[in-house]
Formats: sequence, structure tokens, C-alpha cells
Amino acid sequence: MDIFLQQMVNGLLLGSIYALVALGYTMVYGILGLINFAHGDIVMVGAMVTLSTIGVLEGHLPIGVILLVACLVAIVVCVLMGLLLERVAYRPLRHAPRLAPLITAIGVSLLIQYSAALIWGKQYIALPELFKPSQYVWAGVEINALQIFIFVLALLIMASLALFVKHTRLGRAMQATEQNADSATLMGVNTTGVIALTFAIGAAIGAVAGVMIDLYYGQAHYFMGFLLGLKAFTAAVLGGIGHIGGAMLGGLLLGVIESLSAGYIGDLTGGLFGSNYRDVFTFFVLIGVLMLRPSGLLGRATTERA
Amino acid sequence: MGNQSLLEAHHLGKHFGGLRALNQVSLNILRGEIFGLIGPNGAGKTTLFNLITGIYPPDEGTLFFNQQPLNGLKTHQITRAGIARTFQNIRLFSQMSALENVMVGCHPRTRTGVWGALFNTASARAEEAMILARAHALLKTCGLSQQAQRQAYQLSYGDQRRLEIARALATEPQLLALDEPAAGLNHTETEALKTLLLHLNAQGMTLLLIEHDVKLVMGLCDRMAVLDFGEKIAEGSPREVRQNPHVIKAYLGTDPIDEPAPVNPS
Amino acid sequence: MLLVSKCHFLGHKKLLGLILCIVLFALPFLLDQYLGRAWVRIIDFALLFSLLALGLNIVVGYAGLLDLGYIAFFAVGAYCYGLLCSPQFGLHWPFWFVLPLGALLAGLFGIVLGAPTLKLRGDYLAIVTLGFGEIIRIFLNNLNHPVNITNGAQGITLIDPLQWQSISLAQTIHWGGIEIAPVHYYYFVFLFCTMFMLVVSSRLERSRIGRAWMAIREDEVAAACMGLNTRNIKLTAFAMGASFGGLAGGLFAAFQGFISPESFTLTDSIMVLCMVVLGGMGHVSGVVLGAILLSVLPEILRYAGPLQMTLLHRVWVDPSDLRMLLFGLALIVMMLLRPKGLWPAKHGASTNAPSENTEPPAKNAQHG
Repeated sequence: MDIFLQQMVNGLLLGSIYALVALGYTMVYGILGLINFAHGDIVMVGAMVTLSTIGVLEGHLPIGVILLVACLVAIVVCVLMGLLLERVAYRPLRHAPRLAPLITAIGVSLLIQYSAALIWGKQYIALPELFKPSQYVWAGVEINALQIFIFVLALLIMASLALFVKHTRLGRAMQATEQNADSATLMGVNTTGVIALTFAIGAAIGAVAGVMIDLYYGQAHYFMGFLLGLKAFTAAVLGGIGHIGGAMLGGLLLGVIESLSAGYIGDLTGGLFGSNYRDVFTFFVLIGVLMLRPSGLLGRATTERA
Repeated sequence: MGNQSLLEAHHLGKHFGGLRALNQVSLNILRGEIFGLIGPNGAGKTTLFNLITGIYPPDEGTLFFNQQPLNGLKTHQITRAGIARTFQNIRLFSQMSALENVMVGCHPRTRTGVWGALFNTASARAEEAMILARAHALLKTCGLSQQAQRQAYQLSYGDQRRLEIARALATEPQLLALDEPAAGLNHTETEALKTLLLHLNAQGMTLLLIEHDVKLVMGLCDRMAVLDFGEKIAEGSPREVRQNPHVIKAYLGTDPIDEPAPVNPS
Repeated sequence: MLLVSKCHFLGHKKLLGLILCIVLFALPFLLDQYLGRAWVRIIDFALLFSLLALGLNIVVGYAGLLDLGYIAFFAVGAYCYGLLCSPQFGLHWPFWFVLPLGALLAGLFGIVLGAPTLKLRGDYLAIVTLGFGEIIRIFLNNLNHPVNITNGAQGITLIDPLQWQSISLAQTIHWGGIEIAPVHYYYFVFLFCTMFMLVVSSRLERSRIGRAWMAIREDEVAAACMGLNTRNIKLTAFAMGASFGGLAGGLFAAFQGFISPESFTLTDSIMVLCMVVLGGMGHVSGVVLGAILLSVLPEILRYAGPLQMTLLHRVWVDPSDLRMLLFGLALIVMMLLRPKGLWPAKHGASTNAPSENTEPPAKNAQHG
């Protein structure tokens, strides 16, 4: 039971990070109907920039200030990259065949990855040990202050995004663009601006996710955006892509599934399959969910109108 | 063929969530007639079409085509059984040529599979030639011979509507269901459409017509039904329907013939 | 004079065809002579990728089903050949049986993996196919325990080359001063297979089935209303596309003599997709062009490293990184310049939003 709870906690924690990254995918998808293939790499850049900033400031300022500054720098860099990505890879192709932006995004993804390899090298970069977070044990579950901080911050960001989209003028413009870009334009919504804004918000949240990854894993790598992006995209689809709440739910769920399957797959199959089948299990869950609900857990069923 | 019934609907019902789109609707369409279906926006006309063509199943009631129940059949099986349709918001295969659109319509009545295509067998070649000839003939019937090689999305609105009819005819239906074929057409195009429909009917085709252009329906149809809020409120000859008090009430007390066609139909 | 009149007699198209044949025949020997044997190998791979791209084109280009796990079928074909023609199980079945078997098996996999995805649209389909691709790779990677089937990450070695009786394509012979090595033989085998599959693709494209695929791509509901059994037609597309991949996989195993799960990653699936989209979806010639270009381009970019040395006299950028950077840049630039692909079908067999005034792009994508 203790192990189960521990795996649950680990899963939720990992899932909250997945959820933040998934938001970037789902927001862009909601508005453009396209997979933003380079989003994972933007998160990676966020993680890398944070590490560099910490490296520069370490010892000069109090830890809290360093983290805050690093986070801000990462957000600025990532937002600029997100805007650039939209400008270069998506905007010129808005009326092109549907898969064309997929290819440019893959191109951008390669550019970012190998630029990162040039700047930071190909080895893992470790987070210097800044502080020792206090450890808590509760009902046999170990958790430290940092982990609690990550989880709470992730929830806060998700909640504020949901509020922003629902209750602000810009948020409503985003919703309108998502429903029908052409009508929104006719209603005076600056759709080009809204699309750019979407990329910017997605990138900013991705930057924070990058910081969290640094704190959670204690290291970062130029290629990690690929796998992370894949996981986050899976989470977004699981929840119902284009649906903000779905990305959150999908992210948390994916984290829990991964964590539990890594812990239990061996026992469940009598040792036949080990934890190296973790991703297989994850994908089977995804496929199972999509067979029952072809638009994901929270996605609206696209009732076919004839 | 007389008064033999072709399509019968018994007490059809359909709801989406809390919304009752259709309630206890019964119809009987006879072989060889032109049957019109009118009603205000959101009356459930297109929903009825979607039930007939199997896009979604009815929640209640039964459909019979040639005395055979249609329940449980998939859309493509219903087409094979002999019901073809057009769409209110034109749904052509837009990146394919007009000719290819009609050739796709020949699909259910032909049989060349992967192997026939790979080995280019004699029967595959013969069938392909037959499809081509048939598609050209149908384009000609619908006055589209000049447009055969153009892509569907390049055609004018009126031509697109007629191409939908040609494509539907290629499936060799016994019942042709037309969802607002005159929507968006100008006067000349509407007249051409009317001529085409009368020509098809003269050849023995049974037509089911949803239309907002009440004048067109009244002029074309042998019999008609009126839907309002998912219920059938009248049925009969155009003259009977025109005088039905329920119908007059449904159209807000105005004479239905003077009612302008709504800009944005349901 | 005689030559000119003969050209006239042959006609423009036939002359071009003749020149093409001569060039294709001489190509491996010319490359061997002037650029080195490595380039013959590169061209061999370009042809293999052409086969893959032609297969994926059936699924993505014709039927409009976005498949991100296509490399799985390549893996199925490769492992089918690898297991049945190697010391792994001590089986050395003849290639003329195993290659078609691999194509058939991959086709079956196409149906089995396609079946659960039938209801899914667009990008939901993409992620599920991606998942299947990964699942197959993970299984190949781990099926050395509890029973050793695939030999895990080490892969399968000593796979038989294509051979018949005493004739093997692994031999090098000298003939009239020209050395003919395995890479040359395989070039002709792959060339033949690519030509064959080109014919198969074009025939399918212009057939009743091909039209049905495209109709489903354009509008699935309207297609069903035209009496098309969309389920079976989609599965046919999956099966046909997969069998191309399976054949290519078998050839790959025979050519390499070694296979491991590392050759069948998501990146490879994405690369094949890039070839199809960049070349021109739904257009066989464009797809082959895309495959050749994207196979050859990274190799050409290898010269960027030495060029950097000559121009700048020092290594600013690690040559392998530089190569990938330029490759990414090339993808972006080519796509921006030719959004419909380098060589699109004559009347755009693309999923371009045709009626932008009736459907917004975003909505269109969801339907796509």
C-alpha cells in the first residue's frame, strides 16, 4: 500500500509537469488544428537557459532570487522563440496543405535541438545543489518541499490559465478563434495576434515546465525535448486535444499510469514483462481510451453533420 | 407501378441530448412521385434525411425501403439498397475532377478490387471503360460535360449543386433525396434545376426534396409534408397543405407562399 | 543524321525514357568511379526509402490517413527476413519465399493495427499509429526474454544475402575491368523493386480503389453516402501501404546482413513522412523525388564540415551538428517555398483547404 501511494504521488508530480507541457500542444492545436512539433524543444531550451542563468548567478544572490530571475529569463527566451516559431513555420503556411506546417515544425525542432547541442554540448547538464529541501514522511509516503512546491505551482498555473481563457477579453478572443477563425475575424478579433499570443502563452508555460524539470530531475539534455514532447502530446490527446481541461487531466493521468505501470507491470504479468514495457502499457491505455472515446476523455465528440 | 410505397417511416424519433429533433414522424413515399418536405429552420428536416441515409440511427421507429427494414444498415449499405442523397452544404470531393466525382458514385455498382487493378485484367479494363462512359453520360444529363476535367472546387455554385446530383445518380438509386438543391441558386439556375428534376422524374426516378424555396416545392411536388419542431404537422397535396391551418400558424400566420426563403437555413 | 531521324521516330517521351534508362543503368558505376563506393550505398538506401515513401503515400497521400508509425511495417518485414534467413533459428529459407511473406505479414499487421484506428480522425490517428510504432519497437527490443526471439537490442546478425543456388549477391566479381560489388547488385534489385512499385502505385491510383481512397480523404461522410464501405477501403489502404514497407524491410535485412531495433525509431517514421509531404503527397514521382532528395541531402551536407575548415580554417561547429542544422533549415526553406511539395500532383491531390470561405482552416484540419 505504501508503495502504491508513493507511486501515486510520484505519478501526480510527473503528471503535473506533463500537463503543463501538454497545455502548449493543446492550445496551439485548438486554434490552428496543428501539432506544434517543436514545443518539446522549446521546453528543453527553457530548462537549459535556466541552468545557465543559475550557473552565472550562483553564489551572488539568495537562492529564491536566483530561481526567480532564472525563471523569468527562461520565460522571455521561450516566448521569443515561440513567437519566432509561429512567424517562421506556421504563419506563412496558414492556407497551405495541412501537413506542410508539420514539416516546417520538424525543421525548426531540428534547428533548436542542434543549436542547443552547439551552445550547451551534448552531455547532460546538472543542476548545482542549491539547497536541501526538507523531507516529509506522511503515511509512509516520502515527499520533499520542492516537490510540493512544483505541484502547487503547476496547479496554480493551470487554474490561472483556465480563468484567463474564460474571463478575460483576450481569453474570449482565443475561444472565438478556436471555434471559428473566419467568423472571429469578421467579429473584429485580430486572429493573427491571437494565434501569436497562443504560441507565446504556450511557450511561457513551457518555460516554467522547463524550470520544473530542472528541479525535478536535477539535469537537462539537448535531446530531452523529443521524448518529453511525445509524452505531453500523448497526454493532450488522451484528455481530448484542443481542450485545456483535457490537457491537465490527461497529463496527470499519464503521469500516474506511467508511474504505476513502472512499479507494477512485473508483478501483474508474473515477471514476464518488466518495467521496460512501461511505454507499451501507456500506449495501450491511450488506444483503449480512444477506442471508447474517439475524441479523448473530455474532447467534444465531433458529431458529423451532414 | 401505381401507388406502391417505396419508403415508409414509422414513428421516427431522434433526440440530441435534451433536444428533441424528431418526434413520432411517419411518412409514406410512393414510387415514382416527387415528395416535398418543408418546414421552418430547425424543424428537423435534415435530421430526417440523416436518419434515412443512416448517418445516425433513429432512437425510435422504423424505416422500410421496398418493404425491407433499413434499421441497423450502415450508410453505404443503404446507398447500395437504392437511396442516394445530396447535401445541403455541398460536400463534393473537392480536389477531384467533376468526372472523378461521378466515377466515385459508380463504386457501389462495380466490383474491381485491388487485384484487378494491379494486374489490369480484361474485366477490370472493361469495367473501367463502362464507369467512364457512364460518368460522362451522367455529366451530360446534368449539363456538365464542359466541366468534366475541372476540379470540383473550381466549379460555380450552381454547377456544384448539379454535380452532386450527377454523383448521386451514379449510384443508381431508386430514391433520390435532395437536401435543398436550390439553395443559393439564381433564377435561371433554379429553372434549369427544375427542368432536370422533372426530366429525372419522367424517367421514373422517385424524388424526395427538402426545400426552402416554397414556390419551387409547390410547383414540383405531387405530395408534401410539413415539419415543425420535429413533428409532422401536415401532409398532402400542395393545395391541401397550403390551406392547412397548422401550416399557416407555423409560418407565423403569413401565407407560406409569400414567405421569403430564410438566408441561413437550418 | 541517322540519330536525329531516329530520335524523331522515337518521339520526345520515348527518347527521354531511353536516356533515363541509360543513366539509371550507368549511375552506380559512375558514382563508384567518381565519388566512391559509399555513394553507391547511399543511392541504394535512397531507393529503399523510395519504396517506403511510395508505401506511406498510399496511406497518407491517397487515403489521407496520417500515419506516424509507418516504420513498424519496415521492421516487420526486416525481422521476418532476419529470423527466417539467419543463424538466429538456424533457418535459411529462400528469399523468393520470405520476401513476399514479409510483405504479406506486414500487410496483415497493417490491418490489425489499422482496425482500432478506424473511428479516429486526423491527429488522434497520428498519435495512435505513433504508439503502435513504438510498441513494436519496444517489443523487438525486449523479446530476448523469457524466450530469445529477436535477440533484443543486439539485433540479428549474419543474415543471408539474396542468393539462389550457388549465385549470391554477396560476391564481388570482375568483369571487363569493372568491379561489380554487392552494392551494385542491390542497386539493380532495389531499382527493379522501386520501378515495380511505381507501376503498382500508379495503377492503384487510377483504379476504382484509388478513387475510393481519395474520396475518403476528401470527405468521409460523403464517401459513405456514395456507397463506399469506408472501413474496408481504409483497411485496404493500410494493408497495401504496409506491404510496401514489409518488402522494403526484407530487402533492407538482406542488404545490411544485420538488423537491430535501432533502425526502426520514431525519427525514421517522421523522416519517411517528410519525404512524402516534401516530395508531393499523392503524386508518385514527387514522392520518389522527396525520398531521394532527403536520403541524399544529409550525405551531401557531410561536405559542410570540410568546407567549414577550408573557408574558416577552424571548426566552429561540430560537423555532425552542422549537418543536422542545415538539414533542418533545408526542410523549412523547401516547405516555405513549395507548400504543396516539390513536385505536386497536376491537379493538387493535396489536402489543401479547398473552400476556405465555407470552412475555417482549423475546422478543416479536424475533419482532415
